Amino acid sequence: MPSYDVMPDVPLFQPAEIGDALNLVEQFGKGGWVLGGGQDTYGWLKDRAKQPTALIDLNGIEALHGIRQTDDGLEIGATTTLREIIANPLIKRDYELLASAASRVASPQIRNVGTLGGNVGQDARCWYYRRGLACYRAGGNLCYADSPQGMNREHALFDASRCVAVSPSDTATALVALQATMIARSVNGRREIAAEDFFVGPATHITNMTSLEPDEILTAVRIPSHWAGSRFYFEKVADRDVWDFALVSIAVVMTMDGDTITNSRFVCGGVACTPYRLHDVENAARGRTLSDESGDALAALASQGAKPLNYNHFKIPLMENLVRRAMRG
Amino acid sequence: MKDPTTYFPGDSLNEADPPGLSAFRSSRRAFIKGVIASGAVAASSGYLLSGCAPGEGPAAGSVERLISLNVNGRIRRVDVLPNETLAMTLRYKLGLTGTKLACDRGECGACTVVIDGMTNYSCSTLTHTVGSRSVRTIEGLEGPDGELHPIQQAFIDELGPQCGFCTPGQIMSTVVLLERNPKPTRDEARRALSGNLCRCGAYDHYLNSVMRAAEVI
Repeated sequence: MPSYDVMPDVPLFQPAEIGDALNLVEQFGKGGWVLGGGQDTYGWLKDRAKQPTALIDLNGIEALHGIRQTDDGLEIGATTTLREIIANPLIKRDYELLASAASRVASPQIRNVGTLGGNVGQDARCWYYRRGLACYRAGGNLCYADSPQGMNREHALFDASRCVAVSPSDTATALVALQATMIARSVNGRREIAAEDFFVGPATHITNMTSLEPDEILTAVRIPSHWAGSRFYFEKVADRDVWDFALVSIAVVMTMDGDTITNSRFVCGGVACTPYRLHDVENAARGRTLSDESGDALAALASQGAKPLNYNHFKIPLMENLVRRAMRG
Repeated sequence: MKDPTTYFPGDSLNEADPPGLSAFRSSRRAFIKGVIASGAVAASSGYLLSGCAPGEGPAAGSVERLISLNVNGRIRRVDVLPNETLAMTLRYKLGLTGTKLACDRGECGACTVVIDGMTNYSCSTLTHTVGSRSVRTIEGLEGPDGELHPIQQAFIDELGPQCGFCTPGQIMSTVVLLERNPKPTRDEARRALSGNLCRCGAYDHYLNSVMRAAEVI
């Protein structure tokens, strides 16, 4: 794989209105590449692993930017930066889970420009795929990571289907836990997608990690007030505290009646191709109190059904321990 | 164009000098910069000319090529390709080679510059997305008479750099940290500089430098 120093020759469009941007993505279809902070863009282009025919910069569109209160919660524009999310007082007060997740993304410089839309829309981090190899995800008929010699320490425990790459986004786990809704627009109209359905696995769509169509733009993310101010827990385990993607992360929301858990959502990142909900843990958590004993009881349920690859068995105890930690009083 | 050995569009000192004096200032650095500015080095022509293949005009509706950039307080007119990164523009069009390119993938921090008070990886910023915002590079820190910025001086006094290649990036991250938080704890400094790698591993020296800079500013 040669390494290139320079950007390929790609035209850049900087629409100021959402309508113009929608026309551009319609016009360029699969060749159109929507730009937020661009931090998951330039590497692909410089390595010639992806060859879009046009870059469409969304940062000039005011309607896509900012955090607004709605009748039922918050609406976050897709080009709102992670830094703005971390610093926002409303998010800090009611949805601190999202702020914690955003604060663990990449590095300070990347959070300064990286957008929420870009973070949830980023592509798989499997290095075979990123090297431009013709794997399943790239439209080929082979998975390099799931082969006898494949290096798959970072890959999936659950729901793999041909491709074994995992969901890399830290904010995605938090948004699934908070039951967010993604708003997508195209020239043909507007679509609301539950965060859980927004992220799709390889069995549904082998070349795309989200249910966005090529002519659609993610315009905003809505967070309902349902979980506002409830008990949150977010933790990300990565090789380095900066830059690295989660080996395993966990985002938990819980409503409490005194010391007792009445309702909860447990979502793990880094273990499946989508944010992975721990349904069994959620069911078993109802009626329990926060304690080490509860943690031990729930931990065993976390990794049921895991199908580890050659090098990622360690993710099983990691998941279990993150559930234990989320349940500490 | 002036004598190519002294012409350097990014160097305000040379532009302000009386014409006769500039020849005496000709140094190895000015010579290299002059060569870069005149595009005479074969290796650099690749950067400058990529995307300039004959017959390839910009697509309809795409961005203007000739733009104004606010760099270190000066408005600079510069011809920028649609796909050009800020690091390329700064280094190879404006001659501001203090901003270093290392990984070119937003994974090391050597190219860190400050845009409107925020640190950015200039290798992973399209120049066209900068717009009217102000760009500050390591060259913009020194005083009017060329005296070092107190942060630069602190980095020297504490022997911050080892090889020095990541230093401009480390200093730009420190500039932003100390503007926001003039008296950071060592841990806050560590977090503020966490987006800048140092392959020499001189992190503790850098943190010593930041703490000293916070004392003297």
